[in-house]
Amino acid sequence: MRLFVEQCLNGIQFGLLLFLLAAGLTLVFGIMDLVNLAHGSLYMVGAYFAATFARRFDSFVLGLLLALVAALLLGIVLELLVVRRLYPRDHLDHVLATFGLILFFNEGARLVWGVAGLTLPLPPFLSSVVDLFGVPYPAYRLAIITVGLLVAVFLYVLVQHTRVGMLIRAGAANREMVGALGVNIKLLYTIIFGVGACLAGLAGIMAAPILTVQVGMGESILILAFVVIVIGGIGSVRGAFIAALIVGVIDTVGRAYLADGLRLILNAAAASTAAPALSSMLIYLMMAAVLVVRPEGLFPAPGVRR
Amino acid sequence: MEDRRKYLKHTAAVIGTRAAAVLLAAAAVFSTSAMAQQKVRIGFVNTFSGPNASIGIDERDGFEIALDHLGRKMGGLEVEMFYEDDQQKPEVGKQGTEKLIQSQKVNFLTGYNWSNVLLASLKPAVDSQTFLISGNAGPSQIAGELCSPYFFSASWQNDQTPMALGEVLNRKAVKSLYIVSPNYAAGKDMAEGVKRTFKGQVVGEEYTRWPGQLDFSAELSKVRAAKPEAVFVFYPGAAGAQFFQQYNQAGLKGQIPLYSVYTTDATTLGQIKELALGTLSTQSWVQDLDNPVSKRFVSDFRKKHKRYPSYYSAQHYDAAMLINSAVVAVKGDLSKKDAMRDAMRKADFPNTRGTFKFNSNHFPVQNFYLQEVVKDTEGNLTMKTVETVFTGHKDLFSGKCSMTW
Repeated sequence: MRLFVEQCLNGIQFGLLLFLLAAGLTLVFGIMDLVNLAHGSLYMVGAYFAATFARRFDSFVLGLLLALVAALLLGIVLELLVVRRLYPRDHLDHVLATFGLILFFNEGARLVWGVAGLTLPLPPFLSSVVDLFGVPYPAYRLAIITVGLLVAVFLYVLVQHTRVGMLIRAGAANREMVGALGVNIKLLYTIIFGVGACLAGLAGIMAAPILTVQVGMGESILILAFVVIVIGGIGSVRGAFIAALIVGVIDTVGRAYLADGLRLILNAAAASTAAPALSSMLIYLMMAAVLVVRPEGLFPAPGVRR
Repeated sequence: MEDRRKYLKHTAAVIGTRAAAVLLAAAAVFSTSAMAQQKVRIGFVNTFSGPNASIGIDERDGFEIALDHLGRKMGGLEVEMFYEDDQQKPEVGKQGTEKLIQSQKVNFLTGYNWSNVLLASLKPAVDSQTFLISGNAGPSQIAGELCSPYFFSASWQNDQTPMALGEVLNRKAVKSLYIVSPNYAAGKDMAEGVKRTFKGQVVGEEYTRWPGQLDFSAELSKVRAAKPEAVFVFYPGAAGAQFFQQYNQAGLKGQIPLYSVYTTDATTLGQIKELALGTLSTQSWVQDLDNPVSKRFVSDFRKKHKRYPSYYSAQHYDAAMLINSAVVAVKGDLSKKDAMRDAMRKADFPNTRGTFKFNSNHFPVQNFYLQEVVKDTEGNLTMKTVETVFTGHKDLFSGKCSMTW
């Protein structure tokens, strides 16, 4: 039982990391109708910033905060220089341009930080084990869960209870009307893109101590983030939250228990090869099912036209 | 009649001059290719990008120290190195190998850190009759049915080092063991190796996605639930640092002793840092081995690179010396491949291991030591020999190899 609880916690932790990435992606796609493949690169750059600043100032927390600010600034600069020109174009042009951005960021990271990658060591207070109702759980992963939940609450408050949030919801429903009503749509878009980049950077920063910070780390998790927003509903932060949790739990619990199940019929090595493949398949099958049965997603943004 | 003779003479003269020109050109080509033979061309396939680039760089540095010791010449011929990045991918490594064979026309291939890259690259080398000296990877297939007269290992066979570790576990009376290993050729060899000698019970076996998976939370939860007496892992490169940190974060470090092979070494200790202190592993070469070649290698490496060499670099030092022994034996005539092979089989070259012999499948017969991570007098992390586990150990697969000599 304890093992199951632990595996669920692992799944929730991975899901919340995905949520951080998917939230920004779904906002940008939903409100600005922009397919941003370079979101994964913002995740990678956030991780690199965190590793660099933490090393420079010898403080994990300071590095984290500085990296967040740097990610926000990078998002705003990117929007002003590149992304702004893409709004009037169709999705294929978005894909081409942001794919080019991926290549640009990957090479740039290689030039600035070298090929080997970086690590981000944790401070002692995060490296300990916490006793959670009799289940010992690593403190850092609990921190990820906490941060993910805080961001979810923050986004909920932002979207539902602030003026900016109202504009976001209106923009997701009917972009032209919002512009016609005299709202400074350009500024709104810049802010949204910046917030999205900040969230992606935060996901990278949180993931950095667990995974190595390396060139191209954003690509694999970006694919899962797209799956999450398709399942959850494009433009819907609530949908991204629930879908990310579902995907995270299926992936982790699937990895853990499918292997054991398969071991009844296959040997250990074959079971361990098949299990992660099967759990990935489950996630994609789920996405396919959602697309067939409810193409607007499980929790689509209200009033959205598709 | 006269015109005809004149015409024939004229044609003969033309053909004669043309033939002479062709012969002269051919002579020039052959002499330039003989001139090109004045260099020993060595192709080096390894990982120079991604999180494990430090291993490729370490291995290259080990090889280069040997070249420095040889004055960058073998048997009087200058050495020309060609480096190819395999990006830790078998298909890229194979392409790099083929490029080295066909475009650069190398005389020797070496490097090959990863077993899956080596397995993919072996056929092009063997088919083109180019000698391949593996500096690290030692998959069981090449020790057995895939053995080849053109393949030599300067390192070990994958199963041997974990077999030594299994023996250590027996000596420490460990009764239950949990194995976590990456799901590829070498990872499976390592798990099999431990199981061959370990007499206790294996209570769990987990194979993780390789090279992608760096988050071991699911596997560590299972380890905690199974409550084994010890855990055995094989995670080379960056994944090793990740595993150690997560093992510590999961609170398992003080509770269940962690044994490993190829996980704590000079390339990863910089990242694992003090978490690795006291961990035990087995290896065929340790930094403090007491023979003159090894001592000179370690001190020159430390002087040049300001860090300790790993067994990765020591093995590549030996690979360079092995190649040199072949070139010297044929006095630079690299077309005498059988003579070079005989010279290499003699294993008569200065090496960091002290004693070195080849098994019938061209894999080394050597000692294996138990080593511990300690701090040296200057506070640097390094490895120390605790005891010798196996003396003159032969791998188990030579029976499947059909070579005899």
